[in-house]
Amino acid sequence: MPKDQGIGASPKRREDVRFLTGAGNYTDDINVNGQAYVHFLRADVAHATINSIDTSAAETMPGVVKVFTGADFAEVGGIPCGWGVTDRHGNPQQEPRHPIIADGTIRHVGEIVAAVVADTLEQARDAAEAIELDLSDKPAVVNMAAALAEDAAKVHEDLTSNLCYDWVFGNPDDDAVQAAFDSAAHVTTLELVNNRLVANPMEPRVAIGEYTRGTDEYTLHTTSQNPHVIRLLMCAFVLGLPEHKVRVIAPDVGGGFGSKIFHYAEEAFCTFAAKACGRAVKWTSTRAEAFISDAHGRDHVTKIELALDADNNFTALRTNTMANMGAYLSTFSTSVPSYLHGTLMAGNYKTPIVQVNVKTVFTNTVPVDAYRGAGRPEATFQLERVIDKAARELGADPIALRRQNFITEFPYETPVALTYDTGDYVATMDKLEEVADIAGFAARRAESEKNGKLRGFGVNCYIEACGIAPSNIVGMLGARAGLYDAATVRVNATGTISVFVGAHSHGQGHETSFPQVVADMIGIDESMVDIVHGDTGRVPFGMGTYGSRSIAVCGSAMVRATEKIISKAKKIAAHLMEASDADIELKDGQFTVAGTDKSVAWGDVTLTAYVPHNYPLEELEPGLEETAFYDPANFTYPSGAYACEVEVDPDTGKVTIERFAAADDFGNIINPMIVDGQVHGGLGQGIGQALLENAAYDEDGQLLSASFMDYAMPRADDVPFYQVDHTCQTPCTHNPLGVKGCGEAGAIGSPPAVVNAVIDALQSGGKSVTHIDMPLSPARVWAAMNG
Amino acid sequence: MYEFEFEKPSTVAEAVAALADEDAQALGGGQTLIPTLKQRLAMPSKLVSLTGIAQLKELSDNAGMLTIGGAVTHAEAAEAAAGPYPALADLASHIGDPAVRNRGTIGGSLANNDPAACYPAAALGSGATIVTSRREITADDYFRGLFETALEEGEIITAVRFPVPQKANYQKFEQPASRFALVGVFVAKYAAGVRVAVTGASEEGVFRWREAEAALDASFAPDALDGLSLDAGGMIGDLHGTKEYRAHLAAVVTRWAVAAAA
Ligand SMILES: Cc1cc2nc3c(=O)[nH]c(=O)nc-3n(C[C@H](O)[C@H](O)[C@H](O)COP(=O)(O)OP(=O)(O)OC[C@H]3O[C@@H](n4cnc5c(N)ncnc54)[C@H](O)[C@@H]3O)c2cc1C
Repeated sequence: MPKDQGIGASPKRREDVRFLTGAGNYTDDINVNGQAYVHFLRADVAHATINSIDTSAAETMPGVVKVFTGADFAEVGGIPCGWGVTDRHGNPQQEPRHPIIADGTIRHVGEIVAAVVADTLEQARDAAEAIELDLSDKPAVVNMAAALAEDAAKVHEDLTSNLCYDWVFGNPDDDAVQAAFDSAAHVTTLELVNNRLVANPMEPRVAIGEYTRGTDEYTLHTTSQNPHVIRLLMCAFVLGLPEHKVRVIAPDVGGGFGSKIFHYAEEAFCTFAAKACGRAVKWTSTRAEAFISDAHGRDHVTKIELALDADNNFTALRTNTMANMGAYLSTFSTSVPSYLHGTLMAGNYKTPIVQVNVKTVFTNTVPVDAYRGAGRPEATFQLERVIDKAARELGADPIALRRQNFITEFPYETPVALTYDTGDYVATMDKLEEVADIAGFAARRAESEKNGKLRGFGVNCYIEACGIAPSNIVGMLGARAGLYDAATVRVNATGTISVFVGAHSHGQGHETSFPQVVADMIGIDESMVDIVHGDTGRVPFGMGTYGSRSIAVCGSAMVRATEKIISKAKKIAAHLMEASDADIELKDGQFTVAGTDKSVAWGDVTLTAYVPHNYPLEELEPGLEETAFYDPANFTYPSGAYACEVEVDPDTGKVTIERFAAADDFGNIINPMIVDGQVHGGLGQGIGQALLENAAYDEDGQLLSASFMDYAMPRADDVPFYQVDHTCQTPCTHNPLGVKGCGEAGAIGSPPAVVNAVIDALQSGGKSVTHIDMPLSPARVWAAMNG
Repeated sequence: MYEFEFEKPSTVAEAVAALADEDAQALGGGQTLIPTLKQRLAMPSKLVSLTGIAQLKELSDNAGMLTIGGAVTHAEAAEAAAGPYPALADLASHIGDPAVRNRGTIGGSLANNDPAACYPAAALGSGATIVTSRREITADDYFRGLFETALEEGEIITAVRFPVPQKANYQKFEQPASRFALVGVFVAKYAAGVRVAVTGASEEGVFRWREAEAALDASFAPDALDGLSLDAGGMIGDLHGTKEYRAHLAAVVTRWAVAAAA
């Protein structure tokens, strides 16, 4: 019988009760006495000089508290970039100032030009319309290749060009790499686009800044995945505030997908304006604002080349990518196309030579940063697409070609700086072949053909580095932050437990899965354990949730803190039973003395800790509360193999996903149901990227898909019922739970499988199509078929 | 939104009077107008809600003529047409999502005349009559291009009269994001001839595809359309499909509609 509690069980998500019954507490649900509202006047042109801003009429409008422009922020810092990448010549990345409000130049549609704080939102909007802007339009820089041309207009006049950095990773020796290609038996080349996306979490961003004059303290409620990071960046780099005077609270957050990692101008604005106005200041993003102010994701243009020997062994891989940074460097923007992408280029394969070149480019578009998977989907997509293309060119079976080149011995040092600790790619591929029912494909294809449809099968593998990250390693690579995490386990006198965690749950189910671990370790009922997260005033300094790191990093801190609790509790139990603490065993919430029938219950020990009448006070402090900080020794390496089966309607080009199978290796698993859900969500987003989503700009820098009328989000009927399997488990070797993380896998592993399947379908119908850029909309597929 | 006055009259006469004010605007289900107001893209001085007018909610099915009141919602129309005019019911029941169908009205849809909307195809394809507070307008005279109609200032659609055909069908190929029609085709076979109305495709809005009608008059079967194609010239080309793609789709979707109707 499956367990109903503890590690490996699938209790229902306890937080869903409040989410599904309207009892959640999201930032917009919070209203502070006397709060005013801010409306941001946002640029509707992509690139212009601001000659003047006249706010005098706006200032006298009804209800207006204060009008802000860039000049009000001249004394504060810009929004910092959290990662400094060193280019191929040893120079630092070009790093422009990123102002809270545009300071003389507009650099993207959606940039804040002025802000009006008023008693009501409508009054603020009315007043914003009375602001007079005198602009001189400048040519918009949108296309990356054009942006890198000699004579291109510059997004930032004070930089030397629109190039942020030109970075090389893996084998830096161009001649050696070229030699490997020259001696190859076969070279497959593919040029592709990794389409730009808008994360679109269900809850748009919201911020409420408060200032208490009596104590000189600030509180910022914000929709963040990492409140401590926001506090640090905002205090130390932007506003120059003492951290201990600032509390950042991220209450229930309705999805982030990366877009809520970053420190945004609106957060700093509301905090700053609260003091300037003597009022709390609230901002709630509209969906329209979200499209032009939330950091976008992906947007890479790549050429990838794969060299193979006469036996189809991969001998070398070379990639050249242009990655869009947008107009400014968002918090983790520069790490995504470099270290989160280049380090993954070896994939699941023992290719001996890998060279990755990335040029990051400034354009007059919304800043681009991490989106679910962040760099790893871009790496996986190009690698798994070029392998598929190679298989077709060589007439090889795509699965056999992959199997032949799999890494099979661990630990494995890749040519791109990572050491994979464990994995079993053969096992996940075996599992995939079973789950996807490859044997039945031919019959299914015949059935589709009878109905006039083309059917295709596509597979891919993925490897990701998550559990981000060992601080010393990322520090060497340019991270300007540590990436440990922290947990405090506070046991109450009656034995119930609050765990204060640095991770933040915005859909991941931490409130269910984290208590499963602690309850399991002690042997008490899960209902006795709660987690507290999302409040710098309550939780220890943790780094938040992204990069599939929560259970692997923060969960490890929680295990360490719980181990300290158990160790101390054993000492108390030993004292109560007059035994040596070395002889104490804890099982099912009972402390026993080995080899005797003596026992005391968990609750007796916890009560004793807080009512220390009979207590070894000279040796042991009273109380039962422990904190641990955990910094991982390595990344974790979830991996897997995915298969997609599509039907294509040759008349319209419409692709429907008929089957999708995922075989993942996430190491040990705390709550299989939650893991299924994480994979389902990731697959939905991956399928969204592959078939539907596209943030498209026109040549003037206007976002064409700036609402749900034109930006196609995946809906329930766009995705199939998934077959998800995660029974292949090679536990992580370096964290106490043996876990690897599962949050991004689905989004990383699915786009290539979809595209590979569509190409397979088209080729089965006699079309010589070798590639279509995502999203594979009906129009694009039809055009490719009829091109 | 900007501030506006709000009236909810109970007769057409009162509504017409209320709409006489400068910058007053009729409000149907608000599914198009309210989002426009929220974005501050319109600034009416007054909104005159039509949903409280009993006459505009009337439905009748008489001697092959289905009449739908101007303020009847898509959901109500779908229910009313299910027996007498299943193709129309099917169209109405696939507009937007349940929230849109429970509020959006036929009058609002036809007054708005979005080039990708469904009802214009049904009205033109059925040779319907648009009954207004002032006159009756045949569908052939009513649609005048993108968001343009024969309606004058303050004129209200009070009802739409649909002659019920022998056979009919509507097929839409959805735009992936909005799920409006990327191309939608309404085909109806009457004793007097076949009508084919195409929405979503043209820069001129909904239009009749006369060559297809003539071919289907001769033989009401998909094969009759063999070799027929639309000129890509006047088609819409955008993010979701080129002109050529829309022209191609119109022919494909017409075949689907004929196959389903025949
Ligand atoms: C999410 C979404 C999806 C949609 N999908 C589709 C779809 O797939 N297919 C489709 O066809 N439509 C679709 N629509 C549009 C929908 O059908 C609207 O209901 C319709 O376009 C407008 O009708 P309404 O009653 O809401 O009009 P309103 O928004 O109230 O008004 C629209 C315009 O019509 C005028 N008006 C309203 N009633 C009358 C009247 N009786 N006489 C004269 N003028 C009048 C108003 O003054 C205004 O100018 C969708 C809408 C949404 C929000």
